Amino acid sequence: MTRYLGLYFTRIGFSVATALIGVFFALPLVWFIFAPFNPRAELGLSIPEPFSLANFETVFQNSFAMRGLWNSLVQSVGGVILVGAGATLASYALSRSPIPGKSVIAYILLLFSSVVSGSAAMVPIFLIINGIGLIDTQVAVILVFAGGLLPTAMFILRDFIDSIPKSYEESAMVAGASPVQAFFDVALPVIRPGIVVVVVWAFVSIWGSFLIPFILLRSSEKMPASVAIYSFYSEAGTPIVTLLAAYSLLYSLPVVILYLFVSWKFGFRFFGGIKA
Amino acid sequence: MKSFSLLSRGTGVAFLAPAGLLIGAFVIAPFFWVIYVSFTNRSLLGRTALDPDFVGLANYFSLFDAATFFTRAEFGSSLILTIQFVLLSAVVGQAALGMLLAWMLQSVPKSLKHVTETVAIGAWILPEVVIAFAWFAFLDYENGTLNMIMEALGFPPGDWLLSFPFWAIVVFNTWRGTAFSMMLFNSAFSSIPPSYFQAADVAGASSWQKFRDIGLPLIRGHVVTDLILITMWSFNVFTPFLLTSGGPSYRTEILPIYTYRIAFRDFDFGKGAAVGVVVMLINLVFALFYLWVMRRRAKGVVA
Repeated sequence: MTRYLGLYFTRIGFSVATALIGVFFALPLVWFIFAPFNPRAELGLSIPEPFSLANFETVFQNSFAMRGLWNSLVQSVGGVILVGAGATLASYALSRSPIPGKSVIAYILLLFSSVVSGSAAMVPIFLIINGIGLIDTQVAVILVFAGGLLPTAMFILRDFIDSIPKSYEESAMVAGASPVQAFFDVALPVIRPGIVVVVVWAFVSIWGSFLIPFILLRSSEKMPASVAIYSFYSEAGTPIVTLLAAYSLLYSLPVVILYLFVSWKFGFRFFGGIKA
Repeated sequence: MKSFSLLSRGTGVAFLAPAGLLIGAFVIAPFFWVIYVSFTNRSLLGRTALDPDFVGLANYFSLFDAATFFTRAEFGSSLILTIQFVLLSAVVGQAALGMLLAWMLQSVPKSLKHVTETVAIGAWILPEVVIAFAWFAFLDYENGTLNMIMEALGFPPGDWLLSFPFWAIVVFNTWRGTAFSMMLFNSAFSSIPPSYFQAADVAGASSWQKFRDIGLPLIRGHVVTDLILITMWSFNVFTPFLLTSGGPSYRTEILPIYTYRIAFRDFDFGKGAAVGVVVMLINLVFALFYLWVMRRRAKGVVA
């Protein structure tokens, strides 16, 4: 009997401890849930009274803030197109073509991409972008992100393509399709779920990032929302909390939506494992 | 051996070209360029911006100068600070807390499990600027939520970012990153056959005994993977900059922030590049170890 009593007390103890840790995780976020809807929000926590959407109106009227969201979208979509297209073609080639040393190539790429982190490579990346005359352009941000995310994207996609039987494309080619036709008409539709995961991951990575646009961009009209938010609270003296809270919420929305989409469609562990 | 393959070698190379070009220009070239720049006195402004001199190992000597190594705001002190930051926030913070949470989540009610997982994952997926701003508000001296709680409990309020800046970024990074370890260990624990634990229950084992003798030994491989990954990520994380900008008086200037200051505030690209090289060498050790572990596991040798 006592041993079951012991199990019972362990369960209660664990529940209390888990709840406490849960509260520790929730506390910094609680403010962020209420403040956007409180027209008199300060850094202090208070329940909005009355509940209002006035802060969002302030954001929509702030052209710098809105341009930031637009720039984030331009940079993320641009980067995603390059990563999605580049990784799909390259990982298909790594999986299906007779290029010698394919797995060595894949490992070397993975090695480089984890060694060359944003913080270690900020000097040479700045110098390279400066050297080709792309400083303070959105294109620079897009290219740098695409290069940085491609190795991991290729690694994930190659795993995925390796798991698809070659017989699909082989039977298409027996029926007379060219290799390129077999790729576009047969393989691509089968690979699509893998591409969706890679594309969502790349979008979220670029959308949320700060350092690369922060060092490569100069003019305020090209800044993405991440840099805009930072400049709102670090440079403006006293931060305009109402604007910042609502703006942060708007900016977080795509990440949360995409995350929910992926976890609903593929289970969140898959997405979790590949966040770098 | 001749085997039928779907893509010809030429098409294969053509398919690889776009990705190869981008990776070459923005991953591989920076790796070698940073080594080259670290041997020069390249700066952002002035004569050496366009026409840098070759200075040999001068930048490295200045980084590892024994006279200034332990001086605050110098490389050595930043390196020591970074090691402390990684040990405390990644190894002790993220891994241990993630492990504890994952273990407890196995035996708490489903609803509590879901809520806890959701907030931890929220801390992990939200963009870094938003998280940093939320913490900025949380730790604020006048109105912050934390001081509100302290006062309600009868403790004096603290000016956390000024008085305990290092601990602020340690707790911040723990809070931000624990979800990854939690999820990894959670799936590792749930892959252990339940009969193992049931047998231990019948024998009257305590939760700690089950953890020590069944849980931990069976997920050792996952622990190694987790430790390598979170160590590497925390070692390279720039996010604390958004909370403290490296201050006050350089007390939170971990290496990524130090690199940024040397290169983009002091305009000393040569020295900044030398720091980059040191960081990359440390990354290389971790990455090689990680690949080695992965390959061993792929070959069926249990790590």
